[in-house]
Amino acid sequence: MDKVLEVNKLSKIYGSGCPSCFELTGPEYNTNICPRCGSVVAAHDVSFELYKGEILGIMGESGSGKSTAVKCLYFDQEPSSGSASFFNEGQQYDLFTMNAAQQRRLSNHRFGMVYQNPHLGLNFDISAGGNIAERLLMSDVDNYAEIRSRATGLLSRTEVLPERMDELPKNFSGGMQQRVQIAKVLATNPPLLFLDEVTTGLDLSVQAAILDLILEIQQEKQTAMIVVTHDLGVIRLLAGRTLVMKYGRVIESGLTDQVLEDPQHTYTQRLVASAL
Amino acid sequence: MNKSPILRVEEYSKHFELHEQGKVIPSSHNVNLEVYDGQLTALIGPTGAGKSTVLKGIYRTYLATSGRILFRTKNDHEIDLTQADEHQILELRRDEIGFVTQFLHALPRQATEDVVAQPLVQRGMNKTQAREIARETLYDLNLPERLWGISPATFSGGEKQRVNLARGLVSRPRLFLLDEPTASLDPKTTERVIRLIENLKNDGIAMLAIFHHPELVERMADHVVELAPPIGIEKMLQEIA
Repeated sequence: MDKVLEVNKLSKIYGSGCPSCFELTGPEYNTNICPRCGSVVAAHDVSFELYKGEILGIMGESGSGKSTAVKCLYFDQEPSSGSASFFNEGQQYDLFTMNAAQQRRLSNHRFGMVYQNPHLGLNFDISAGGNIAERLLMSDVDNYAEIRSRATGLLSRTEVLPERMDELPKNFSGGMQQRVQIAKVLATNPPLLFLDEVTTGLDLSVQAAILDLILEIQQEKQTAMIVVTHDLGVIRLLAGRTLVMKYGRVIESGLTDQVLEDPQHTYTQRLVASAL
Repeated sequence: MNKSPILRVEEYSKHFELHEQGKVIPSSHNVNLEVYDGQLTALIGPTGAGKSTVLKGIYRTYLATSGRILFRTKNDHEIDLTQADEHQILELRRDEIGFVTQFLHALPRQATEDVVAQPLVQRGMNKTQAREIARETLYDLNLPERLWGISPATFSGGEKQRVNLARGLVSRPRLFLLDEPTASLDPKTTERVIRLIENLKNDGIAMLAIFHHPELVERMADHVVELAPPIGIEKMLQEIA
């Protein structure tokens, strides 16, 4: 199997940080705020591997650090320490040692991020089709007719009526905005997708359809994905393996059915019990 | 066909630690068994003896507390399933080890034939071909054709069970774990399932099964392993102390 991503000891501290930050925070202290210096340890020692076609779930409540980990990998935030390697077409990219231009190139071409809030993933001042065109232009497709036809194809793939291509995203429902977001990230055919609470806040039926779409994309394109969610149902449906985070630490990881049916950590046991 | 066992469970034990309640629940205790190509090993014993737990332990839905579960892969490597890397387990689940439970976990929005075809699609077969094989299997299991296009969510217990069986059957694993595959089937369908299991045996597929009815064990099993309920927690604690 092909490895797509390897993350080693990723940590992120907000604040000045001090030598005690990691020692005095975490699940056993019930906090991620360092009592010495007041810094927030958003993520510490996060390590995992991701293979082609695999969906990895990162589960935890808000503030557990699950989004932080993903934001660092997508270069939305800078990690405090740790390393991450991305493998693509025989090349290895060390994500955190590249310069900003290289990082931008990689995130525009090879990564895709779908945010919970479509305002972060879409430009609301331009049309749905324009949003897709923007991403295609970044990846060096610059023929108008080709952009138009690719955008049409992507929107129909994500079940957005191509007739609505020239409308602004604000005219769309929440579920449709997510579909446009997904169409946009798919434009460059990325081998790695990050999905951050993409169905949170949507109606159940709309959630279901978006999740189906994600599974179809995984099967069609063998895209590797990291799905960040607090929703056990989403994890159960999408993820083959799961990390559970609390106070910035990975407290448990394993095959998803194992984590849900035979959870080892007190916190995971409580989480699973409360979902039933 | 290889004469050495495809699966050896050695001194397998599993207990659950419930941290919130401060309890330890023993489930399987010191289980030993072997499964061979083309043969069926039946697990028997009273409720609470940990039969299903053994199957889930082999499939790695449960982590082992102690013991070894040695699986001989198609490349003739021996892997301890209690220790194997998660990706390796996922690969084995896709290609070599199948599990049919009493319960069906399927998307409520998926047509039955697609639910059944899914393991094949996951292995890279095209959808049309996979659906074709799914239909043949559903036919073999006597599931009415009018049900193939709709979701199994609203099916009866027996119908769901057949969908589950069909999904396991299409994937033709090397080792098949069966947890009461005929529990809610009528006699006629049970006979069909028995015939299918016989066919699997003839094809060299190894099976470890729990049957609801003792007469099925009698008819189907080449080996029988009896499990006893684990010793009580009190006793376990005494031993530790």
